[in-house]
Parts: sequence; C-alpha cells; structure tokens
Amino acid sequence: MSAEPVIDVSRLPTYAFGKQSLMWWGTLGIMAIEGTVFVLAAFAYFYIRGNVGSWPPGGLKPPDLLYGTINTGVLLASLWPNWWTDRAAKARDLHRIRIGLPVCLAFAAAFLVFRGFEFAALNIRWDTNAYGSAVWTLLGLHTVHLATDAVDTAVLAVLMFTGPLEGKRYADVSDNAFYWYFVVLIWIPLYGVIYLAPRLN
Amino acid sequence: MSARQPMDPTNFEPLGHSAERERLEQTWSTPPGIYGWLTTVDHKLIGKRFIVTAFFFFLAGGILAMLMRLQLAQPDNRLLGPDLYNQIFTMHGTTMMFLFAVPIMEAMGVYLVPLMVGTRNIAFPRLNAFSYWIYLFGGLMLYSAFLLNIGPDVGWFSYVPLAGPEYGTGKRADFWAQTITFTEVSALAVAVEIITTVFKQRAVGMSLGRVPLLAWAMVVMSFMIIFAMPGVILASTTLIMDRLVGTHFFNPAEGGDALLWQHLFWFFGHPEVYIIFIPALGMMSSIIATFSRRPVFGHAVMVSALVATGVIGFMLWVHHMFATMVPNAGKMFFTVASMLIALPTALQVYCWIATLWTGRPVFKTPLLFVLAFFFILVLGGLTGLMLASISLDTQVHDTFFVVAHLHYVLIGGAVFPLFGAFYYWFPKITGRLLNETAGRWNFWLFFIGFNLAFFPMHQLGLEGMPRRVYTYPEAMGWGGLNLLATIGAGLIAASVLVFIGNVLWCRRRGALVGNNPWSAGTLEWATTSPPPDYNFHPVPVVAGPEPLWERATGLPVVAGLSDTTREVLVTTLIEAKPDHREELPGPSLWPLISALALAALFVGSIFTPWAVVWGSIPVAAALIGWFWPKKRETEEEVAEEVPP
Repeated sequence: MSAEPVIDVSRLPTYAFGKQSLMWWGTLGIMAIEGTVFVLAAFAYFYIRGNVGSWPPGGLKPPDLLYGTINTGVLLASLWPNWWTDRAAKARDLHRIRIGLPVCLAFAAAFLVFRGFEFAALNIRWDTNAYGSAVWTLLGLHTVHLATDAVDTAVLAVLMFTGPLEGKRYADVSDNAFYWYFVVLIWIPLYGVIYLAPRLN
Repeated sequence: MSARQPMDPTNFEPLGHSAERERLEQTWSTPPGIYGWLTTVDHKLIGKRFIVTAFFFFLAGGILAMLMRLQLAQPDNRLLGPDLYNQIFTMHGTTMMFLFAVPIMEAMGVYLVPLMVGTRNIAFPRLNAFSYWIYLFGGLMLYSAFLLNIGPDVGWFSYVPLAGPEYGTGKRADFWAQTITFTEVSALAVAVEIITTVFKQRAVGMSLGRVPLLAWAMVVMSFMIIFAMPGVILASTTLIMDRLVGTHFFNPAEGGDALLWQHLFWFFGHPEVYIIFIPALGMMSSIIATFSRRPVFGHAVMVSALVATGVIGFMLWVHHMFATMVPNAGKMFFTVASMLIALPTALQVYCWIATLWTGRPVFKTPLLFVLAFFFILVLGGLTGLMLASISLDTQVHDTFFVVAHLHYVLIGGAVFPLFGAFYYWFPKITGRLLNETAGRWNFWLFFIGFNLAFFPMHQLGLEGMPRRVYTYPEAMGWGGLNLLATIGAGLIAASVLVFIGNVLWCRRRGALVGNNPWSAGTLEWATTSPPPDYNFHPVPVVAGPEPLWERATGLPVVAGLSDTTREVLVTTLIEAKPDHREELPGPSLWPLISALALAALFVGSIFTPWAVVWGSIPVAAALIGWFWPKKRETEEEVAEEVPP
C-alpha cells in the first residue's frame, strides 16, 4: 500500500463565490453563447442594411425614442439594487437579500411593462420587410433574456423567504446579479443599433 | 529520449478501506432498474449511452450512404426516385454531421474528460443528463419525419431560397431546422460542462501545462462550439421564422438576402469541421504517446497548435462561398486563411512523427487507425489547399471533387482516429480487450474500402459529375468509376460489421486485461477498468503530464473529501491548487422532464408559433422543479457546511 494521503482538504469551504465556483463558470459560458448570438444578430441587421440605399428602407420612421430611452434609464438604474443585493449575498446577509431581491424584481417588472410599449413604438411590423424582421428579432431576443432573468429572480426571491436555505444559495443570489449585469450591458450596444443606427444616415 | 517505465496502477488502487469504499459506492451509485436508467447523472453511463446512440445514427447514416451508392452504381438506375434521393442525401449529411460526428466527439469527452483530469463526475451532471435526452429526442424527431416521407430534402446546409417558404413547401425544411436546434442545445450544454470540468475540477497539481492533450483538445472543441453554434442557432431560427411568421430575412423582394443564410450557416459550418477534427487530434496524441512509449514530442507546441487551429477555423467560412458574388478582395483573405490553417496541423503531424521516431512503436490496431490518418488526412488536406484557390474552387464547385475532399478530411481526420480510440479505450470502459485479429480485418477493410470508394470521386468531379444528382446518363462515361466507388462502400460496410461483431463478442467474452492494458500514462488509467461509480478512491494528486509514468510507486492522494455526499474538489484555474469542495447533484428525473417539455416546444413550433408561448410554461415549470432544493438534502448539506 503505497498511496498515502498528502493533502487534507477536509477543512476547505463547501461553497464559494464568483470565479472560484463552478456555477460562475457555467454562467459565463451561457453569457459567451448569448453574447455571440447578439453579435451575429446585429451583423444580420447591418448586412441587410447594406442592401438598401436609405435606412430605415422606404421612408419608414425610425423607432420612437421615448420608451426605449426610459427603459435604458430603468436598466441602468437597476444595476444599483442588483449590486447592493450581490454585496448582501457575499456578506451572507439574509435580511438585506430579502429587501434587495424584491427591489430587483420590481425593476425587472417595470422594464418588461415599458418593453411592451417599446415594441408598439418601433413603427414597423416584423413581417413588413427585412428591416422590421431584424429589429423585432433583436428586441425580442433581449426581451427573452430579461423575462428569463426576471423569472429566475422571482424564484430565488421566493426561496429566500420560504427556504430550505443553505450557504450555496447566497452564491446563487450573487450569480443571479452577475447574469443581470450581462443583460444590462448587452442592452447598451443594442440600444445603439435599434434606436440610433436608423438615425445616422 | 528514452522511454519511461510505466508504473503499475494497481498500486494506486489500494485494497483496504473497504468500509469507506462501501460508503462511496452507496453515495455515488445510480439507483437500480428503469428508474435509475432514467435519472442517472453518472458521466460514464451518460457518456456510454451517448456513444452508443451516436453510433446507431452512424449506422443509419451509413445505410443511407449505401443506398446512394447502390443508386449511383450504374447509369440510368431507377432504384431510388429523385424525391427519395433528395431526402436520403439530406438525411445522410444531417445525420453524419449533427447526430453522429459532433455528438460522438462530445460523448467521448463526457466519458473521458472527468477521468483524465482526476475528478469524480463532470461539472453540472444533471445538465449532462439533459443534454443527452434533448439530443436523443432531436434525432428521433428527424427520423420519424423521414419515415413518414416528410424528411428534409434540401441538403445538409439547407440553402435558401430552396429551403425558404417559396420553394420549400410543406414542413420538410422545418424538421431540418428544429433538428439543428435540438443538437445545438445539447452541444452547447456539453461544451460548458467540459470547459468547467477542465478549468475547475482538475486533480491537485495538474497545472494548465500538465493537462493531457486530449483534454486540451476537448476544451478547444468546446470553445469552438460556444462561438460557432450561435451562427446556426440564428440561421435555423430565422429560417423557421421566415417560414412560419412571415419575416423576410432571406427574401430579396422585401430587402432580405439569400447570401445572409450562407454567411450565418458557414460561420458555424466551417468551425464545425474543426469541432469534429480537433477532438480526433487529441485522441491521436493519446494513442501515439502510449504506443510510442513516450510523451508526445513538444507538448506546448501541440497545445498552441490546437488553439491556433481553433482560432483560424473561424476565419475560413467564406471559402464555401467562392462561387457567390462576395467581393474578390474578401475572397483573397479567406484563401490565405484557408492555406494558413495547414500550418498548425502540419506542426502537430511533425510532432507526432518525432514522437513515433524516437519512441518504440507497438503496431496494435489503435495505432494502425492512427497511421491511416496520416495517409488519408494528408490527401484530404492537399485537396483542401487546392480548393482554397478561388479559380480551382469555382471550376469544381458542387462536383464530386468536393465530396471526395470532405470525406477524406472528415473520415480520415475524424472517423479513423475515432475507431482507433474505440479500440484504445474499450478496455477502459469494459475491462476487456477487443479482438486484435478482428481489429486488423476491421482496419484493412475500412482503409482499402475507403480509398476505393472516395479516391475515384476526385476524378469524377474533375470530369464534371455534379453532386446531388440521383442519376446520370450512360454517355457521360462515369459508370466505371461509380461502380468502383460502390464496391468500396461495400467494403466499408463489411468493415463496420466486423467492428460491431467484435464489440458484441468481446464485451462479454473478450480477454480480461487488467486496469491499464496499454501501460498508458494518463489519469484515466489510474483507476480500475471499468471505473467505479466514484471514479477514484482516493482522489489522485499529480506532478506531471503523464502521472503514471512519472512515479514508480503510487501517486500521492487527497484525503478529507466526504464519502457520504457527492463531493468533488474544486481547484484553481492555472495551478490547480485546492480551492474548495463542492457537492454535485445526484440522480433526478427533472432533466428528463425538462427535456420532454422543451422537445414538445420545439416540435410544436414547427407547426404554430403559439407553441413557443404556451410551451414555455411547462418548460419554466420543469426548470423551477429542477432547481428547487429538497429539504432533506439541504439539511444534510447544512450539517457539513464550511463557509468560505
């Protein structure tokens, strides 16, 4: 019997936050996949744009700025409660998490309501022409991400009130905020593509 | 450099500690019976299942190929009609690329990577179970459509406008598009699991420089999946939307563009070739090292070459579009990149030759398949360089020359190493050796049959025979070479039958050969063959890339991992120092339920867009059920919890 224990790991922690943990890497992988989808969808938008002289084509009005801009404000503002909840999670402060998660959820809900108005103010339908198809797809993709993360946040919020709880769940709350940052950051270039690109001819 | 003496891995599997082993057995085992079969999260069971399923699709795709060869064996043949022939070549390509090649490479990774890096299960084991189910359902859906005579018929790259709403009537192209969606979801999930496993669950001491080349290859493959598959996600989704809800992405009359399809598809489609090829390179390295009795020459060069191949693989896609009106300056760039990618492959070939040259090669079946790679892939690579030339490519575009090229690259570059890998790792999976005589028959029939089948196609292509025609008139003079190709295909079929017979016979009656029959050096051989449910006990610590060759006695080990929960050690990214322990989830029915719900959504969306809306409710419910922690399990974990 030559195998002898040389490293005793029994005192090491049983969960971890951020890039130490497995789930963070899984989340990062999802972001890389989805980020690439967004980049390629934007590529498709500009590829179609390259085929026509004026943009939007056929003298259509570009999307109205109002709701898109309000929503960008809502999204940027939502970074703060998410960051605050993230910090609460890392401090394992259940009390503050129970305040923070519902606030994050309220921001997501507000955003989704305004998103409905955004679709209505695009001034084009998805089946009118290829430009409409591209704009609806970009906005639709982002909305799917928001809706998914909103459900995710809601489930976590309920769990934080009802349990069963263990330390690992704090890491989940932190990773949830991490994903939300991605959804917010990806929106900034998308706002540029959807709202500003049609105004720069 | 002299060869090193392998250590006896049985030193490493101590016979004692039986109480501890029993507890581990209980903790990590899969429940018995059908329930266990449906709920298992063991990467070895899922990996085996993945391999067997992908092999069945390989057989299905092979039968379709045989039907095509029979149809083309003589001019003016009436065995298959044009419509069925269209479905068959589409099904053959789609099956081989999406249901066989990519899944089986991932499957090998699912089985081998956790063992090679010395951990007890793959990261996200339930996601792993889910990825198998979703892959299975996608394949079953495609074949159900085919058997109902509504299989796709527009080629494996489904070009618009042929596949668009105007010409591709019915639901055929939609079945193709959704098959792609199923396999993408599965592939992306596996890619994330493999990267996380290699980055964070390596054995203590396995710094990035000591990661085995096959594990590196699997990581590069996974990164390519992550960045390439979104191209085809977007392509197949926009295609279905054009067909179902009236978007105009590919409709030139409303500002869309058919070439956009080709860009999106080949942005995925070319990297796809390397997604298949790169794991095969890793298998080559494993087999060559073991059978040369020395580590692969130039480990760092090999890793850099794999990464370089992965990166350059993304800069080639337009060379599939040389026959379109892409600007010439753009085409030139892709010509250069297409030639450039030969360099990292050549570097690896030289390193392998150096390894074989300075080692003591043992010519067993796995090595034969590997040596065939050199011959066939070099020929395929040379025609690849020819096709990188715009003028030559334009001349032979859509002819059998391309068919010959792609089969030389894919079969020579991936399927031959894969068969070598089957022979090499079969004793790991079953504890028994495949028969060597049958192996040699398998190899020679395949090698001769392959060259007979595909070499004449170069000539047929140069003579102008287009691909995807169901027959040709006698006056073209293509009959003789086509008959030769069909005879070759028959030999390949015979060789595959020999392989199946060999596997069926030897899985029960093959020679029992102990834990490390090839005296290999990497960690997957440091445990019993077949491995126990918990893979390793105790968990090893390593000090070099071929740990079993580097110490005459047993490896140092880790102590203190729980034997009553499914705990794995998480290590740091670069140096693989112990970081923390994490409990992986156990068997569950939720991955299957989630996969069923998602499959219903995907299949439904072929027929109505509302399937996406209503179908998302059961999907969300299943995913929440999957996530929601169980009270008893949580309490057990809290009892053993050590906060960071």
